[in-house]
Formats: sequence, structure tokens, C-alpha cells
Amino acid sequence: MPVSDDFQKAQRFREAALPYLDDVYTLARYLLRDASDAEDAVQECYLRALKHFDSYRGPAMKPWLFAILRNVCNAEYARRAHSHAAIEDTPGAADQTPMWQENEASPETEVLRSRDAGAIRKMIDALAEPFKETFVLREINNLSYREIAEAVGAPVGTVMSRLARARAMLRAAWTAEEEHSK
Amino acid sequence: MTCDEAQILLHALLDNELDAGHAREVEAHIATCPACTAEFTAQREMKRVLADTKLRYSAPASLRTRIEASIPQARPQPSRRSVLRGFAMGSAVSALAATGVVAVVLRQDDQQRILSEVVSAHLRSLQAGHLIDVVSTDQHTVKPWFNGKLDVAPPVIDLTAQGFTLVGGRLDYVDARAIGAVVYKRRQHIINLFVSQTASTEHRPPKTQTMQGFNCRRWGERGLNFWAVSDIGGDELAEFVDKFETAMKANVEG
Ligand SMILES: [Zn+2]
Repeated sequence: MPVSDDFQKAQRFREAALPYLDDVYTLARYLLRDASDAEDAVQECYLRALKHFDSYRGPAMKPWLFAILRNVCNAEYARRAHSHAAIEDTPGAADQTPMWQENEASPETEVLRSRDAGAIRKMIDALAEPFKETFVLREINNLSYREIAEAVGAPVGTVMSRLARARAMLRAAWTAEEEHSK
Repeated sequence: MTCDEAQILLHALLDNELDAGHAREVEAHIATCPACTAEFTAQREMKRVLADTKLRYSAPASLRTRIEASIPQARPQPSRRSVLRGFAMGSAVSALAATGVVAVVLRQDDQQRILSEVVSAHLRSLQAGHLIDVVSTDQHTVKPWFNGKLDVAPPVIDLTAQGFTLVGGRLDYVDARAIGAVVYKRRQHIINLFVSQTASTEHRPPKTQTMQGFNCRRWGERGLNFWAVSDIGGDELAEFVDKFETAMKANVEG
């Protein structure tokens, strides 16, 4: 293959995949619940995506990137399960919360809502898999049901029932939180 | 529609994922069911609050820089090429993960994905004792049964004289949409003929593919997509499609 092909490919990849960096990073944050693990996973995801870009046939880039990210995250889950079970504990994730908000602080961030956003993120984080993943892909990454099915490799019917479960669980947590803060 | 179904479908309604016919059905159920009304209202409110909340994260600038640096961008130089090679080899992609990616890429192919859903629907119809919703060998009974259940009722043609017995019809789901299935029998073998509406009116010639041991012959005609699925041989399935199309044309002309 001529050398220039690699660069054309790299250029096409840059244009097609980089615009979704925030989306991929968002999903990684929710799946891994850790900022630095999420960074590593996203970087690995883009490396793999570039490597397999030749075999990419469309139509949608976002679900394709998410599918690769899931593979990377599954490897990370396996690593955690072997190394240190405590990583998955909720207190650890809760400790992270103030840091996220500092990182996120930007002029556009509504100050009034930032606390609510933190509380809601925590509730989403606490959802069990595979419900959390389906919920984040739909509600935060704005994928259609069909795209979610592509990204997670499950039938659309499964996506629909997972989403209904996820929302029911989130609503229950939400209601409990409101009761608690009264 | 049962509440169990409505409790799942009301989300699809909220997400604007239902076609007009199903949206009406779900709305009709919600209108008459206090429990589902309460759930729908609460979920709509939760969705509204979520939409107003910043739940997305922004990738740190340092991450963006690292990733951009890993994509080759300078003028072509042999050394850069070997760097790219190095990345490809060096990233810890196990053979298994690579296989996963290939599977994902295949799923991206829309036709292929729908074909696999069609074959799954065929399998479900054989296993779940849910082969036929309306049992009849009379095309004048089967065809009206579809009316009102689908935007476009599939053509139902009796091919008994041609060696393929019409046994009934069924409502199935493929690609998240309701789809009509007309069921035929050839000896003891079932043929499911799935029919869906398509925006394209162009003629697509029949093509046979094999998936999970089933033959599937698909074609497009008169603004409809057809998939005939069965475990009969490829030549017999092609014969079925020929007989069907010949009868269709005779109907249209006659
Ligand atoms: Zn109900």
C-alpha cells in the first residue's frame, strides 16, 4: 500500500471519529466511574478504531466507536475483578464526585443546577449493568434504539426492555432521594 | 395491549421511536389505564428534568491532544509509517477483541442485520408455538386480518395449486417495527414470507442468502420488501418466489 494511503486514511479517521470524543468519554465515565481509567479507555478505543478503520463500513460512526469502547471497558472490568475488588465499591466512586465537578466547571455550567447534576450523575452511576449502559446511550448519548442495538449487540426488543427497567430503577432512586431530603 | 407491554412501549412513545400506528395503540391504552397514565406522566417529567441537566462530560484537553498525536498527520515519511505500524502491533488487542470488532462491523451492515433479525423471527415462529395468529387457508380471510394492524397489509396469495399451501398470517417484529408474515407450508416445511413497506419503489431482483442453516430469498417490488425464509432447499425457495411473483403479476394485471 502506498504510504500516502495511510495518511489519507488517518485524515478520514480524524474527521469521522474525533467529533465524538466527548460522547465516547462520557460513556467511559459512566461505565468505569473513574476519570483516569476513562481517559485510558478512550485512548485505547481510538487506537483500536484507527487500526480497524479499514474494515469500517458505516453507516453510523458513533455506535461503532461505542461498541469498541465496550470491548475496552470489559477488559478493564476483568482487570479490576482480578486486581482489587474494592475499586467497584460505591464509596470510592462517591469520593470522586467533588473532583468531577471541579473539572467540569465552565462558564456554561449552570451554577444553580450543578449540585443537582452531581446528585443525578451519582444515581445513574449506581444503576446496575446492562441497564446503566442502555440508559446512558439513550438519554445522554442520544442514540436511537437501533443504534443502541448495534452498539451493544443485542436485539432492539432487549434494548427496549432494558431501557424501561433502567428508567424505572432511576425513578425509584430519585423518589427515594426526594423523600430523604425532605 | 396489556399493561406489561404498555409499560415498555410507553418509553418508545416518549422517545419518538414508534410508528404512527403503534403510537396510537399505546396512547389509546394509556388513555384508559390510570396506572400507565401515572407511569407515563412521571417518566415524561423525569425525561424533561434529565434533558435540562448537564449529564455529559467533556473530554479533558490533554486527552484530546494525546489522541490527536497518535493519529498520523505529518507529511508522508517512512518513519511515520513505521510509527503507525508500531501502534497497530503494540496496542494490546487480543485476538478475541479483534474478532469482536469484526462482528460489530458486520452488524453495521443494515441489510445483513435485518436479514439476521428476519431469520431470528422465523426461528421464533417455529419454537414458540406462535407460528400463526390467523389460521386460514383462505386468502380472503388472511388478507383482511392484517388490515388495521399494519400501515400496509401484505399481499396474501393462495399458492396451494402451485404446491405451496397457505396456512395463515402473523404479526411479527423486525427492526423494531411490526411486520406482516404470511405463512406457507411445503410438505412439512414452513415458509415465512415477511413483507414490509419501503420508501423505495425500485425493483430489486431476488437474491438468496444462507444464515444459521436457513435459506432466505429477499427481493423488492412495488414499494415492498420481501423476505422468504425456510429450511427447504435454495432451488425450491426460488421456485416459491417465482410462483408468488407470477401470481402477483396475474393479480395486478387481472
Ligand atoms: Zn396499563
